[in-house]
Amino acid sequence: MNPLWLSHFTATSSIGRGLDQTLAAMRQRRGGLAPCAFDTVDLATFIGEVAGVDAVQLPAHLTDFNCRNNRLALLGLTQDGFAEAVRAAIAKYGAQRIGVFLGTSTSGILQTELAYRRRDPVTGALPPDFIYRTTHNTFSVADFARRYFGLTGPAVVVSSACSSSAKVFASARRMMAAGLIDAAVVGGVDSLCLTTLYGFNSLGLTSERPCRPFDAQRNGISIGEAAAFALLERTPEHLDADAVLLLGIGESSDAYHMSSPHPDGLGARMAMQDALKMAGLKPSEIDYIHLHGTATQSNDAAEAKAVRTVFGADTACSSTKGATGHTLGAAGGVGAVICALGLQHGFLPAGLNTEQLDPALGLDYLLQNRTQPVARVLSNSFGFGGTNCSLVFARAD
Amino acid sequence: MHPLSAYIEGIGLLGPGLADWPAGQAVLGGREPYQPHKTVLPPPALLPAAERRRSCAIVKLTLATGLEAIAAAGLDAAKLPSVFSSSGGDGENCHIICEMLASNDRQISPTRFHNSVHNVAAGYWSIATGAMSSSSVLSAFDASFGAGLLEALSQVVVDDTRTVLLACDTPYPEPLYSARPIPDALGIALVLAPQRSAQALAQITVSLTDAGADQLDDGALESLRTAIPAARGLPLLRAIALRQDKHVVLDYLDSTRLTVAIAPC
Repeated sequence: MNPLWLSHFTATSSIGRGLDQTLAAMRQRRGGLAPCAFDTVDLATFIGEVAGVDAVQLPAHLTDFNCRNNRLALLGLTQDGFAEAVRAAIAKYGAQRIGVFLGTSTSGILQTELAYRRRDPVTGALPPDFIYRTTHNTFSVADFARRYFGLTGPAVVVSSACSSSAKVFASARRMMAAGLIDAAVVGGVDSLCLTTLYGFNSLGLTSERPCRPFDAQRNGISIGEAAAFALLERTPEHLDADAVLLLGIGESSDAYHMSSPHPDGLGARMAMQDALKMAGLKPSEIDYIHLHGTATQSNDAAEAKAVRTVFGADTACSSTKGATGHTLGAAGGVGAVICALGLQHGFLPAGLNTEQLDPALGLDYLLQNRTQPVARVLSNSFGFGGTNCSLVFARAD
Repeated sequence: MHPLSAYIEGIGLLGPGLADWPAGQAVLGGREPYQPHKTVLPPPALLPAAERRRSCAIVKLTLATGLEAIAAAGLDAAKLPSVFSSSGGDGENCHIICEMLASNDRQISPTRFHNSVHNVAAGYWSIATGAMSSSSVLSAFDASFGAGLLEALSQVVVDDTRTVLLACDTPYPEPLYSARPIPDALGIALVLAPQRSAQALAQITVSLTDAGADQLDDGALESLRTAIPAARGLPLLRAIALRQDKHVVLDYLDSTRLTVAIAPC
């Protein structure tokens, strides 16, 4: 592929709003997980909740879109001058030449969960203030973003569970290469809701402690929420040395089970190998792997096997889900932004909460932050339904 | 810039009064009258027994239409990338989860939960067919057919690969039905290829347009087209059924639609 330039990017999660807070939290090894006190949820689990989401006000002409997921989207879009960068891109390319590709797993379903508590006692009808299209529907967050910016080009939500906001890079790349658009707003937004909290709990996959990726005693995930965005443009002739480029993408399916990974990480391995192949890189040229690392027994074991098969045991790697929680459909976007920060600042984040590395996993899993030049990195995102996506990013120099 | 062009090698269709592509072809081509009746979803024979028991309407619809298209093209589903596009996931499953979460017993079952993801059909598809290649899973509300067609065509032209597009929607029960009145299940599957082959039915070339979407002459079919997102693709199938060398305009986003130039092979 022709490398694509992440001309702007931003992330908002439980560890901070925007890049400065996110980087500072990682440098200080500060996580965002806290005991779950979300809505009426009565589960013994930790969550990564973004502070202040409910105080966000949508513009008057977009109030139909008001739901937690779109409030979080707007909070994220307005950090780090990202919205201004999109407006500048519109002035440069035109509103029809910029695509919107956003990932989410649960969209604004919380709005429907709340509406079901207010059904008419006689007819069972949902309350009149419930608006399905602009809140619950899977497309809602991309529709919100395109209307917020006045974009008129192709727009879509990718919803392949926890690989969603990694796979948006693939869809955007293809549409840019086909010449249908000149730039793309990509990213992911997923917000807390009862479906995922009770759902993962029913599978026995939520930990009662802050999640501990790659720990010998790991026993499940902590659910988080986040909004992460990048503006993708074609690579110009001259770039700053620390500009971040997308070099390769690998996508695969496990064809194995709806909620368990392939035990040998076969699909994950294919995704990593395809991403390296597209980037034209050897495994030894990757300085760091941002692991999917959810902290369930089976996910981490399968991912470790796949990583060992492709890279051996010596590539530095970590999962940042101990800090942010598993942000599900936003995880790929958050991973991309953390990788971009690592490349620009020469910084590899330690995994948090992990006390005793599982010796069976056999990787160079970082328990301390590292400061070193970082040239090329790979980020993994895997999801329910056996969907896998790996991304390779690099510095322009 | 590549023209967004591909050859259609196989078609699958299932919807109210449209039992499969041959039956739909007769109706859309004007050789048989359209007689609406409820969509009948076949059991998903290709799935292992455990998955078959757990599967839901959107899984059955996707398997039926996708396998019809791939069989018509004479291809192996295990080797094809795929694009799934639908307005939402499985409607019935979503309703039951929301009902439980509003009750005193919120312990939804593991199967309910994993069936709630938007990519439920894609997950079961890869289990049923053994396909390990890339699968894009999309939603664009009423623009889902157009979004899926653009994604599939960009795969074909940029990655120089065959792909199968599976555009499928299923209804919600009440009370969500009133908020999102999709009347019945309907799916369209297209196998798309970069090169012309013996089984090619037509070449299509797609571009964006401001023109209004084509309508269907039959009132009942036209109301399907506007009520079910996947049915926004029916004018394309009608032109293929009539073997017409023509342009059709398909509904897409409110700001833009898709012109499809169709050349029968």
